Amino acid sequence: MSENTQKSDSFEPRIVAFFCNWCTYTAADLAGTARMTYAPNVRVVRIMCSGRLDPQFILAALRDGADGVLIGGCHPGDCHYQEGNYKALRRFILLKRMLASLGIEEGRVRLEWIAASEGEKVQRVINEMTETVRRLGPLRLEQRQMIPAEAHGSAHAAAAHGGNV
Amino acid sequence: MSKPKVGLYWCAACGGCEEAVVDLAEGILDVVAAVDIVFWPVALDFKRSDVEALADGELAVCFINGAIRSSEQCEMVELLRRKAQAVIAFGSCAQLGGIPGLANVTNRRSVMDEAYKNVPSLEKGNTVEPITESTVPEGKLELPTLWETVKTLDQVIDVDYYLPGCPPPVELIKNALQAILTGQLPPKGTVLAPDIALCEHCDRRESKPDKLSVKEFKRAHLTQIDPKECLLAQGLLCLGPVTRDGCGTPCIKANMPCTGCLGPTSHVQDYGAKALSAIASTAGSNDEKEMETILGGIVDPVGTFYRYSLPASLLHRRYQPTVEGGK
Ligand code: SF4
Ligand code: SF4
Ligand code: FES
Repeated sequence: MSENTQKSDSFEPRIVAFFCNWCTYTAADLAGTARMTYAPNVRVVRIMCSGRLDPQFILAALRDGADGVLIGGCHPGDCHYQEGNYKALRRFILLKRMLASLGIEEGRVRLEWIAASEGEKVQRVINEMTETVRRLGPLRLEQRQMIPAEAHGSAHAAAAHGGNV
Repeated sequence: MSKPKVGLYWCAACGGCEEAVVDLAEGILDVVAAVDIVFWPVALDFKRSDVEALADGELAVCFINGAIRSSEQCEMVELLRRKAQAVIAFGSCAQLGGIPGLANVTNRRSVMDEAYKNVPSLEKGNTVEPITESTVPEGKLELPTLWETVKTLDQVIDVDYYLPGCPPPVELIKNALQAILTGQLPPKGTVLAPDIALCEHCDRRESKPDKLSVKEFKRAHLTQIDPKECLLAQGLLCLGPVTRDGCGTPCIKANMPCTGCLGPTSHVQDYGAKALSAIASTAGSNDEKEMETILGGIVDPVGTFYRYSLPASLLHRRYQPTVEGGK
């Protein structure tokens, strides 16, 4: 079994979370002040609105070492900028399909609506997602097998040029 | 004063970029008058040994088209890089990976199987495929190795400038030649084309609403297309909003949506992600199920948004999912 499928107990998923300022980030703050404990695997980036989330940020995070990406925004109808979260959802729906075609497992990118008062939802979603990603194992794109798995043949020339990346 | 020496080379490409040079028509005579073409395999009988015989930096400029996907292409471009003062990535394939870059959804083994085992034109039972090394009575023979992953030119060697397009529009080639000959080149790394979106100069721009709301994405070959109205407003996947200007919109004038061959503007790192973002946002519904139905009309997101740029994208290619994630 290759490295990327091994799930040693020592693997701690790294998850980048993009939380909108008005709802989900506030909820995470609330979870903090209420001293709720949750998995320490998430690095939160505050954005003004989930609609500001450029899909490039998600790909860049995955490329640069995140094992998963969590997106948090206001519930439908509650976006501070009215339409931002609908935009985020449209992009997310299409991006999910594109990532699946590129072999990125479904559970690695997740979108959740979390209102400012829902501190316990932040806690639950982060814990769930950490477990999902832990089960999937490290992303480590540069060490992944090509698809479908190479049967035989020489890949040494490719390896000489940075392998599969 | 002797004329500056110029080389042209092709890697994983279709030949269209070479055709674009020929499309300079009489313009090519001015080029020939101004420079000395010392290497151009498609048109002139020079050999690799002629390039090797040049001093380092002796070529003023080398135009290289095509993506890089074999050991031979890699060796050649490394050689040309040493011999040239300036290297220009010519066309989508050299710049972004291009159409050959779509091979990054699969791997070397599958590409070989397709070409040497599965194509219907093969003689039945003949599954001979090239191997990289074989021994014959006269000695050992070698063939280039095909890579697992197609690369852009600048993922293999240092590139000075980019001429975008599939193939690059003649106007852009002329401007670039002019800039080279007069020594008026912009800073290194520049894409030699306007840095604005294609929509800016599109004839249909007036009919493009500020807020697009697409109820159904349509496929061009199944649609009766209005020749005047903005194509995206008609539900066709026109990538004009995220594509670099500079082609004169020939596709749109021919009533076909822009597929994005001029690539991104300088503000965008990953063309496909940006295109996906722009197109998805236009889906005209706030209801999740309905959004899914509308966006379901885009049958092949990777092929649509990364048509010319998968190797240049942030993820570069498709990967094998882990056992748990693979379904
Ligand atoms: S979306 Fe396409 S058809 Fe519409 S204005 Fe832009 S380039 Fe022209
Ligand atoms: S309209 Fe789009 S696809 Fe057609 S030449 Fe211009 S950039 Fe390329
Ligand atoms: S402000 Fe929270 S999603 Fe727009």
